[in-house]
Amino acid sequence: MADNTQQERVGVYVCHCGSNIAGVVDVQSVARFAAEDLKGRGVVVARDYTFMCSVTGQELIEQDIREQGLTRVVVAACSPHLHEGTFRGACGRAGLNPYLAEMASIREHVAWVHTDKAVATAKAKAIVNGAVERVLRNEPLEAIRVPIEAGTLVVGGGIAGLQTALEIAEAGYPVHLVEREPSIGGHMAQFDKTFPTLDCAACILTPKMAAAGSHPHIQLHTWSEVEKVEGYVGNYTVTVKKKPRYVLEDVCTGCGICIEKCPVLVVDEAHDAGIGYRKAIYTPFAQAVPNIPVLDPDTCTYYVGGKGGCRACEKFCPTEPNSIVFDQQEERITLRVGNIVLATGWDLFDARRIHQYGYGRLANVFTNLELERMCNAAGPTGGKVVLRDGQTAPARVGIVHCVGSRDRNYNNWCSSICCMQSVKLAHLVKERTGAEVFNFYIDMRTPAKDYDEFYQRVLDEGVHFIRGKVAEVSDVPRGPDEQGPLFVQVEDTLAGLQRRIPVDMVVLSAGLEPRRDSKAVGKTFGIACSTNGWFIEKHAKLDPIATMTEGVFVAGCAQGPKDIPASVAQGAAAAARVLSYIRQGELALEPVRASVNEAQCSGCRLCNGLCPFNAISFIEERRVTEINAALCQGCGTCVAACPAGAISGSGFSNEQLLAQIEGLLLDVARVPEPA
Amino acid sequence: MSKPRFAMYWAAACGGCEIAVLNIDEKVLELDAHFDVAFWPAAMDVKYKDVEAMEDQSILVTLFNGSIRTDENEHLARLLRRKSKLLVAFGSCANEGCIPGLANLSPREQIFERAYTSPSTENPDRIRPQPACQVAEGTLTLPPLQPVVRTLDQVVEVDYHVPGCPPESHQIAAVLDVLIAVVKGEAQLPPKGAVLGAGNSTVCDECPRKRDVKRIDKLARIQELPPLATDVCLLEQGLMCAGPATRSGCNSRCPNVGAPCIGCYGAAPDVLDQGARLMTAIASVVEAQEPEDIDRVLDGLPDPAGTFYRFGLAHSLLRANRAALAEKP
Repeated sequence: MADNTQQERVGVYVCHCGSNIAGVVDVQSVARFAAEDLKGRGVVVARDYTFMCSVTGQELIEQDIREQGLTRVVVAACSPHLHEGTFRGACGRAGLNPYLAEMASIREHVAWVHTDKAVATAKAKAIVNGAVERVLRNEPLEAIRVPIEAGTLVVGGGIAGLQTALEIAEAGYPVHLVEREPSIGGHMAQFDKTFPTLDCAACILTPKMAAAGSHPHIQLHTWSEVEKVEGYVGNYTVTVKKKPRYVLEDVCTGCGICIEKCPVLVVDEAHDAGIGYRKAIYTPFAQAVPNIPVLDPDTCTYYVGGKGGCRACEKFCPTEPNSIVFDQQEERITLRVGNIVLATGWDLFDARRIHQYGYGRLANVFTNLELERMCNAAGPTGGKVVLRDGQTAPARVGIVHCVGSRDRNYNNWCSSICCMQSVKLAHLVKERTGAEVFNFYIDMRTPAKDYDEFYQRVLDEGVHFIRGKVAEVSDVPRGPDEQGPLFVQVEDTLAGLQRRIPVDMVVLSAGLEPRRDSKAVGKTFGIACSTNGWFIEKHAKLDPIATMTEGVFVAGCAQGPKDIPASVAQGAAAAARVLSYIRQGELALEPVRASVNEAQCSGCRLCNGLCPFNAISFIEERRVTEINAALCQGCGTCVAACPAGAISGSGFSNEQLLAQIEGLLLDVARVPEPA
Repeated sequence: MSKPRFAMYWAAACGGCEIAVLNIDEKVLELDAHFDVAFWPAAMDVKYKDVEAMEDQSILVTLFNGSIRTDENEHLARLLRRKSKLLVAFGSCANEGCIPGLANLSPREQIFERAYTSPSTENPDRIRPQPACQVAEGTLTLPPLQPVVRTLDQVVEVDYHVPGCPPESHQIAAVLDVLIAVVKGEAQLPPKGAVLGAGNSTVCDECPRKRDVKRIDKLARIQELPPLATDVCLLEQGLMCAGPATRSGCNSRCPNVGAPCIGCYGAAPDVLDQGARLMTAIASVVEAQEPEDIDRVLDGLPDPAGTFYRFGLAHSLLRANRAALAEKP
């Protein structure tokens, strides 16, 4: 390997990170090692400092670049993920190309994983040595600048997506809001009251829905799904599949006559959670936005009973031309957007999976969502809480918490909202029926503002709280004297005894799950899901909105279970992130990109199907592969795969990596050279 | 003016490189016309002591084929280096260890065990070759085996590399033309360290077969596959072809006739480790949802080390079995 590294002047900065690093690593010794042992490798300055990321720490670097003429900088501190930007910035301000700085991770890779100070210090030295060898071979890079499309795609019209759409539209920029259901509103539109204030869900949601529906900057695409996403931050091309409504959206007035006249009643599995009915042509609920019905060809007599049957909706439709179009086809529309916000929400845990709780087997076992619909004045029972017979009010109701959540047999996570939701439902049931209500909980989790106060209130209202995991819900009495009709078998862990509570109705507070197709959706948008299926944010604490794909953000429950306030906050936060991109007008992309050396590319096409960002294309005429630098995110998959070594990644050359590895092997016994 | 001296030597190798040189037909006469062939054991009788007696740097060019397996190989490598202005690593063995290099998977004891006492060898007295042996006429000696096979450039400095197992005749002729042009003063020497007689891309670059985006869901040996399409990439048809990771220059001889490339022209330019490259490339395009899918594809590769490192093991990043590397000579 040719060594052109002799003339460089390297500065090494060892951070204490308070005691985070200095508590385990002898930072002075590491700095001394750099100053003395690496003098021959061009190190002219080596310092240790309490907090390199502080303003003073950064100024140390800037000052040394100016006064000592540093041409390379190594900061031994935390991880590049956290502070690479900080130290590159410092270099940039002092006139050094930011990409001539390297970080040596001696916190995450050393201090946090070792306890033996001597070993940790030796390892820190090796890592610093590797970083010095690497930085000597770094080349100055220039950020790639691309313009940003002002439009934004918001996927999902629940409360999180609505918030995002409204914030961006209010700022004056166009939003395309894509919703897979016939109406926006999401799960919140199904609820009756919201905890802890008990304000009516519809009353606070529908103004936002209406605002989104009529906003001049928001274009709704309901009954639609995103099919394909191409491009990169600032320049996405999105293909949206518009499912046929069989109703002309721009002609229909939403008068509802077609719904009234439709003779087909269908169980409403979606909005009414399976306990109500809708027609074959329907709007999911009265305040639906847009207020345009959708015709369900799976149940409509026109399609089911052979062509031409019924046609009542068409006959009675008062518009000119007629709004009903039986042969409407699906359409595809192409949108150009700069940013994408995924607010695709959650699915309810299927309570049938826990067989011993009896849902689907015992008639009077309900899910929380069914109870929500019953409590809702616009719901199938007109706000009455009744048993499955549709008339009898229950006298004793058991509400089971953590159904499918915090359970290693189902989902390990806490669904975060079920405690409060169960407390709220207990209150509503008691209010509506005067029933005796038992809540069965493992732990009560009421950490947000006014939540515990609400729990206390419901306790004072006389709702019973029994701490224990329900073993079984049964309808079989243990003897002739036992009065059910249902029995909740539970170990009361506070009283220290097994209890068997007779009730009329059991409500299962089912947990939140990722959307069943979240992995496929993630793939469409080029972002990853955790093994559980929630979308992965860029940083769990410090960047919970962004993803590893630039220009794609997540908000609401798609990222993990959360309540309405948190979803709204995330929706707004996503809007802020998008607006900051839009306002910049153009973006500086990381210049770490792959490129193809055409002379070496044989056109074998091994790499062609590998790019997660669709940056690779094959040029048939020249029989070579090409990489679009703006699409490329620098992940390196193709670089590793190229058997010809024709693809290289800037900032990650073989020379850099091998030099770094050799540097890391500072103290490792060399494999003996055979004579 | 006397003609410059030419030498060719055969270390641990099969002899194919020597034949390949003769395969250039009447071109070999041009070699004789422009060079004084000073040392070429396969072609003429010259003793080592004659070479030792030559002045240092008195040979213009030596084509050295074969890897360094024995003390004798090493002695000649060092001797010819001293005597030659230009030392050319000629053929796969000298450049990357080739088939002899696969012995680096085993320490010497295992090699002897396998060669002299395994059931496939008729050797009831378990006789093994010895470095020295007393017979009535005196002491017979054999050069001892070194712990591992090394390539020429792991032993001495090398000026040029000519890859191939063996190098293709038209490429040898082209290299010879360059040398002759240099001798005649009509051309400059290529930069030191250059690879001569080969292309700058990979075998696929020369292969006429049609290819598509790769997705490999099976690998099998040729006899296990149905008759293959004659115009479609062999890898796409399930045959392990090393073409994508092998330097061009052979005009894709093997794939042209329906046999997969086995990788004899070595790594592509700027690639350190042909085997690792090929392995990563294939691994990248294995169509697998579950770990079992990966196993199923890998089951189609009965000898991964011998497949990916058939030619390049001795010159790879790993080089050899650790126990073998640690052995004393």
